[in-house]
Amino acid sequence: MKETNIEDQFQAKIDAEIKIEPKDWMPDTYRKTLIRQIAQHAHSEIVGMLPEANWITRAPTLRRKAALLAKIQDEGGHGLYLYSAVETLGVERDELLDELHSGKAKYSSIFNYPTLTWADMGTIGWLVDGAAIMNQIPLCRCSYGPYSRAMIRICKEESFHQRQGYELLLTMMKGTDAQKRMVQDAMNRWWWPAISMFGPNDADSPHTAQSMKWKIKRFTNDELRQKFVDVTVEQAKILGITVPDPDLKWNEERGHYDFGQINWDEFWEVVKGDGPCNRERLAARKNAWDEGAWVREAASAYADKKSKRQKTAAA
Amino acid sequence: MKNWPLWEVFIRSKQGLNHIHAGSLHAADAEMAIENARDVYTRRNEGISIWVVESKYIHASNPEDQGAFFDPANNKVYRHPTFYELPEQLKHM
Repeated sequence: MKETNIEDQFQAKIDAEIKIEPKDWMPDTYRKTLIRQIAQHAHSEIVGMLPEANWITRAPTLRRKAALLAKIQDEGGHGLYLYSAVETLGVERDELLDELHSGKAKYSSIFNYPTLTWADMGTIGWLVDGAAIMNQIPLCRCSYGPYSRAMIRICKEESFHQRQGYELLLTMMKGTDAQKRMVQDAMNRWWWPAISMFGPNDADSPHTAQSMKWKIKRFTNDELRQKFVDVTVEQAKILGITVPDPDLKWNEERGHYDFGQINWDEFWEVVKGDGPCNRERLAARKNAWDEGAWVREAASAYADKKSKRQKTAAA
Repeated sequence: MKNWPLWEVFIRSKQGLNHIHAGSLHAADAEMAIENARDVYTRRNEGISIWVVESKYIHASNPEDQGAFFDPANNKVYRHPTFYELPEQLKHM
């Protein structure tokens, strides 16, 4: 029998579509890549709650308010699934939160844009959750078992997020001219940040090849972006709004839409911390963590007291 | 054997799937519990991984409280995708 080294055996498992589980051997870089990616994903879920929280008290009807609350509650839950998945790789959640709060860890740049009108709530559901779902569906087949299982649960729960957003916009488009203008304005502000969510172009994404080989990623950034553009442009037509891209054009030969160049300078500026709301978001996160300290302490103190009481009762 | 603790057995049938509760057994320690679980619960290749947890460490919700406990999820139809009405020609959503 031919002798193979442990790294070849690992790759052979991946190639055979056998999932990697927490106790299995894995290359250090595989572990590190996953920790970074899953932590970023978890951070994005909980930071993503903030731009929407802005509109809970301003929702126009109880129906819309209940849906928005349910969506934000889901995002908190999704953060928890993902933090739990990343903890199986041997990191502590508190460490990850420290890295988020210190600005060392990243989260999706889209959440560094402000939510200016009610139409932004619909547009976020439609475009931002739409892009997230496009990205997350292939992650359900990710080679790392705990991540893949978390993604399956998340995708199942998330389908209502996009639908409630689209329905909200559709309702506004049946309204007054001012409401229609509001939807178009939201589209104009969110379109480019939304298609940037898939990350840099493939040529500028040095980790993609390795991630694809390890089956962490199944499609490249540009492949996913193209898919998103193709389906979303049709959805915009049904809404009756235009996509703010003069270069957008159906390409018969490719069977896809051609579209304009993303402003990558702006993208990197936001990634590096200088977007319109980066400081506000981090401050809100830190504030929630610091102001919540007494709740965590009180819960521990109560648990201690309860266990002492039980011991005394048992004695 | 009556002094041996009770263990709950969880089996993963295939890489990539969750461990699922299969049943319980008595054993003197964790190692014996795993080996016995293999002999009892995976005789027909039902598993590729076993977890055992001493039953006394499992905390469960109270079945009598089931109604009130799970009640909060009952009246929230808006958590389901079918609650939202969308036009038929809309694709990929």
